[in-house]
Amino acid sequence: MDIVVCVKHVPETAEAELKIDASGKGIEKSGLVFYINEWDDYALEEAVRIKEKFGGTVTAITVGAEDSDSTLRKCLARGADKAIRLTDPKFAGSDGYATAKILYSVIKNLHYDLVLTGMQAGDDGYAMVGPILAEMLGIPHTTMAKKIELEAGVAKVNRELEGGLEEQLEIKLPALISVQTGINEPCYVSIMGIRKAMQKEINVMTLADTGLSEADMGETGSWLKIEKLYVPPAEKQTEFLKGTPDEVAAKVAEILKARGFI
Amino acid sequence: MPEIFVLAEHRQGQIRDITYEMLTKAREIAEKANLMLTAVILGKEVKEKAKTLAEYAKKVLVVEDAKLENFNSDAYQKVLVNLMKEYKPTLTLIGHTSYGIELAPRLAAALNMPLATDCIDLALEGDTLTVTRQMYGGKVNVNATLRKAESYMVTVRQAAFTTQKPVTPLNGEIIEKPSLLTEEITTKRFIQYILPPPGGVDITAAEKLVGIGRGIKDQSNIPLIEDFAKTIGAVLACSRPIVDKGWLPNDRQVGSSGKTVKPKLYIALGISGAFQHVLGMKNSDLIIAINKDPNAPIFSFSDYGVVEDLFKIIPSLKNKIYELKGQKA
Repeated sequence: MDIVVCVKHVPETAEAELKIDASGKGIEKSGLVFYINEWDDYALEEAVRIKEKFGGTVTAITVGAEDSDSTLRKCLARGADKAIRLTDPKFAGSDGYATAKILYSVIKNLHYDLVLTGMQAGDDGYAMVGPILAEMLGIPHTTMAKKIELEAGVAKVNRELEGGLEEQLEIKLPALISVQTGINEPCYVSIMGIRKAMQKEINVMTLADTGLSEADMGETGSWLKIEKLYVPPAEKQTEFLKGTPDEVAAKVAEILKARGFI
Repeated sequence: MPEIFVLAEHRQGQIRDITYEMLTKAREIAEKANLMLTAVILGKEVKEKAKTLAEYAKKVLVVEDAKLENFNSDAYQKVLVNLMKEYKPTLTLIGHTSYGIELAPRLAAALNMPLATDCIDLALEGDTLTVTRQMYGGKVNVNATLRKAESYMVTVRQAAFTTQKPVTPLNGEIIEKPSLLTEEITTKRFIQYILPPPGGVDITAAEKLVGIGRGIKDQSNIPLIEDFAKTIGAVLACSRPIVDKGWLPNDRQVGSSGKTVKPKLYIALGISGAFQHVLGMKNSDLIIAINKDPNAPIFSFSDYGVVEDLFKIIPSLKNKIYELKGQKA
């Protein structure tokens, strides 16, 4: 079972303070911590578990700048056998569609039974690269996977719907599956794994290796052009309660009492 | 006349809310841009449902086929490619739901049609489509334009628009179209629905909820919060990461992939307020958020905000509540 996992190196923003940059079209990246996109972390874990069960190889692939190596190293440390980084200044500004084209140009030449992706990335949240890539590769796909069981020639997949409801599908292999968080519990990286990973090579490819033209990527090759970023307007006028923890706790308790909750 | 397609989403005989939300927004766009508003429904026996859609649309395209009994994006794609090539809609709206995420990107790629996903607003001016979407879990809004094309596709976030029934039903013409599906779809097959395990807690019925998120740090801290919730008779709920970690069962999850709740009181503890969570709780009567990040999006939806480590507040708050109740902690 040869598996290709698409991963993305993204900034951790859930607990970080974000500032819109001078261009108004991006955020200031300095000071942010970058890591493997949360959904991709689950995809990688799933790939490694399938490999442990059925044998084969896991290849991690990313489109990103040189600093994406830390995410690829993490993939190698966790059990990926090979890593490919697609890096070119011309790739900048690519949306999900252009990114899928870049990934396709390389993956089409690899041997795979399964392609795994995260169902979306925590930065742009497109949730589109997987299904578009599957269309380009001409293979079946499914998304939001919460459970994957492999049988002869097929994958049985539980998809998340909502409110705890799932649906079970069967898709023919080779296939692309985009995974939802919670499908497994990603492992921590072992020291052994890190040591081994340092000895493995990351295969770097550029625009010239893809066979694509400049027009296929970046802003010109994308469906979407970002015009402006802004902070979402508050939906409510929030009253902030201030003081020492004890004072604030007293204020909250008073509000609860005044509203009849105590 | 150029038109807007709205793809109806339905499951087990029920048209889902997102359909009417999209039809409401599409009606506004259609009136402004002088476009035909067309609802499209695919299924096994859906003619009755088409009558309901006809109240919201000027035209309803109905495609019935036993192969369309359960949602299958491969079957949908085959049918929709044909319909969209025939009608050439200027704009097609699909829900950014579990179904839409499965269907839209691949369909757009097959048709070479620009797609913007998970949009919270959109406007068509001349032949330019502008959308509003979010990045970084809802911390930033983005205005973006789509590459110029004759046809565009957009997936729409749930609850981004509020359904408004037309004052007088539009009495749309119902037109049956053949599926043109000649053989069984073998690439992808629906097997069954899997229901959540029974006997869980119904958080949608609770009047008071205490929601916990990543800020809770460790599973061992949950009893402390449970204890606090009990003092005000609240039920414990949570955001997605808590369920992903296996700390609480998924019937406690509030949000777009969990449940939508509307309690009288919602206390958010250590919840940053990613849009997926906010969608499920923003209509609660009173929202109090405690989070140490002053920029947490949750505060934009809260009546009261406390910027502080929740573990510094909760023990003290519990004591104050006991005091007010005249009980000992």
